Amino acid sequence: MNNYFKVLRAGINSTFQDLGRFGLQHLGIVASGCMDQLTFCISNKLVGNKISEGALEFAYQGPLIELMGETALVAISGKVNFNIIKKNGETIKGKSNESFLISNGDKIDILSTINSAYGYLSIFGGFKIEEVKGSVSTLVKAKIGPNNGDKLKVGDKIFFNKSYKTGKLKKIQFDFDKDNIIRVMKGLQIHYFSKKSQEDFFSKEYKVTKLTDRMGMRLEGQKLENTVNKNIKSEGITKGSIQVPGDGQPIILLTDHPTIGGYPKIANVITADYDKLVQKTPGTIIKFKLVDLSVAENAFQDYVRKF
Amino acid sequence: MLKKITNIGDCGITCDFGDEVNKSTNKEVIKLFKFIQESVNTRKLKGILNYTPSYNKLIINFELGQIKSQEIIEFIKNSDYSKINLPENKKIVEIPICYDEEFALDIQRLETKTKLNFREIVSKHIETNFFVYMIGFVPGQPFLGDLNKILYHDRLDTPRVKINKGSVGIVEKFCTIYTFESPGGWNIIGRTPFELFNINKKNTSILSPGDTIKFKSISKKEFGSFKNE
Repeated sequence: MNNYFKVLRAGINSTFQDLGRFGLQHLGIVASGCMDQLTFCISNKLVGNKISEGALEFAYQGPLIELMGETALVAISGKVNFNIIKKNGETIKGKSNESFLISNGDKIDILSTINSAYGYLSIFGGFKIEEVKGSVSTLVKAKIGPNNGDKLKVGDKIFFNKSYKTGKLKKIQFDFDKDNIIRVMKGLQIHYFSKKSQEDFFSKEYKVTKLTDRMGMRLEGQKLENTVNKNIKSEGITKGSIQVPGDGQPIILLTDHPTIGGYPKIANVITADYDKLVQKTPGTIIKFKLVDLSVAENAFQDYVRKF
Repeated sequence: MLKKITNIGDCGITCDFGDEVNKSTNKEVIKLFKFIQESVNTRKLKGILNYTPSYNKLIINFELGQIKSQEIIEFIKNSDYSKINLPENKKIVEIPICYDEEFALDIQRLETKTKLNFREIVSKHIETNFFVYMIGFVPGQPFLGDLNKILYHDRLDTPRVKINKGSVGIVEKFCTIYTFESPGGWNIIGRTPFELFNINKKNTSILSPGDTIKFKSISKKEFGSFKNE
């Protein structure tokens, strides 16, 4: 029997993702992958998958899906407001970061993420989706990945590999970092900015604006004064780089960033704080703290222990 | 020559070959790129996620926890990659281009700037063997050089909101081919029906950094009947 979910509402930006598609940036293909790696891995852990298994990522409002087929073991990670609507019409409040069973005709209604941007839905045994160049990540702007490289649409069928027979349900204690301090290292062109602007950047508050998506996060705050050149020779981009275009307002380049770019970069977000950063919603006030490589590497050790 | 290596955050390094944008600098970048690619493919270097050459830099991204930047820097310093032969001139990729006025949106702008007529502009463009400096921004988009000096021109003051896939544009000494429909500010002089990028093909990108290409003029009729394999 073919087991699948029928998509009744797609949500704002629901895509299949894994840990990324690597080794192709020299051809213009960014790694993409899940925005928040820790939360992504938790949803897989909850259903007993390997942590790199493809999962469904959603942003803010997620999809409404109906199970057509045999019982499935599912988990939703992050901080997510969702309901399970049983076939008989009964509505049960869902609990994120706990696995649960659903049966034929049941629906999962992902209403919203709570004070955060991204959540993940994993299913025991994984989704039946095709790898493209070794990954099931979706890069919508280039139509690369499963589901024809596109977001979920109403009417799509999401097939999965296995129905669920027996086993224990799992729960993982989990919460996002609440603080709004993002640790960064000096960027390649930090010296393009005046002394005062460098000080401003590491001490003043910046607001996350609505112009934020999987490609980048535009910030608003003290204008940064470039005293050298508003452009650089285009060079390869690294996830988490903070570039400053001519208007002096920083943009943090996120998971689906362009592969090369020509704006000077003032700083780079450290790996350990990247997941925390991407969960910040528009309107949030963040501050940057300058650290060096050894601090970043130690912070990474603490970060990987959470997986 | 490799001038310096700097960390980019905690999971990247940049290998800087100096400030010049020219073929000889870029060839050095591409030698190191080919060497890193080969070292990753033969598993001499582990934990590397991506390597991205541009005009004068190679950026290498790695998996923190698998390898540290210092190990990659040592690996590069202890290697003699400068002896690598680039496949230059062995293979020239021929790319069909149609210069019909429907596609050559900025030909008048170029005529005014260069004081050449349409036919002269086309002949200056088509006689050049272009070197692929880098590929990117979006998947498969090549940045080619160097144009004949007489064709040098600035970007449009107001970029177009939409440029069709396959459009060929020039700015300063560079030429590009738009592999996706996108906004852009380059001077458009023609269009190719040739699909340079297809994720579903084994050979995803026809071009790779360091390749050489030459354009071949085709008629509008040939453009219309062109079939990609």
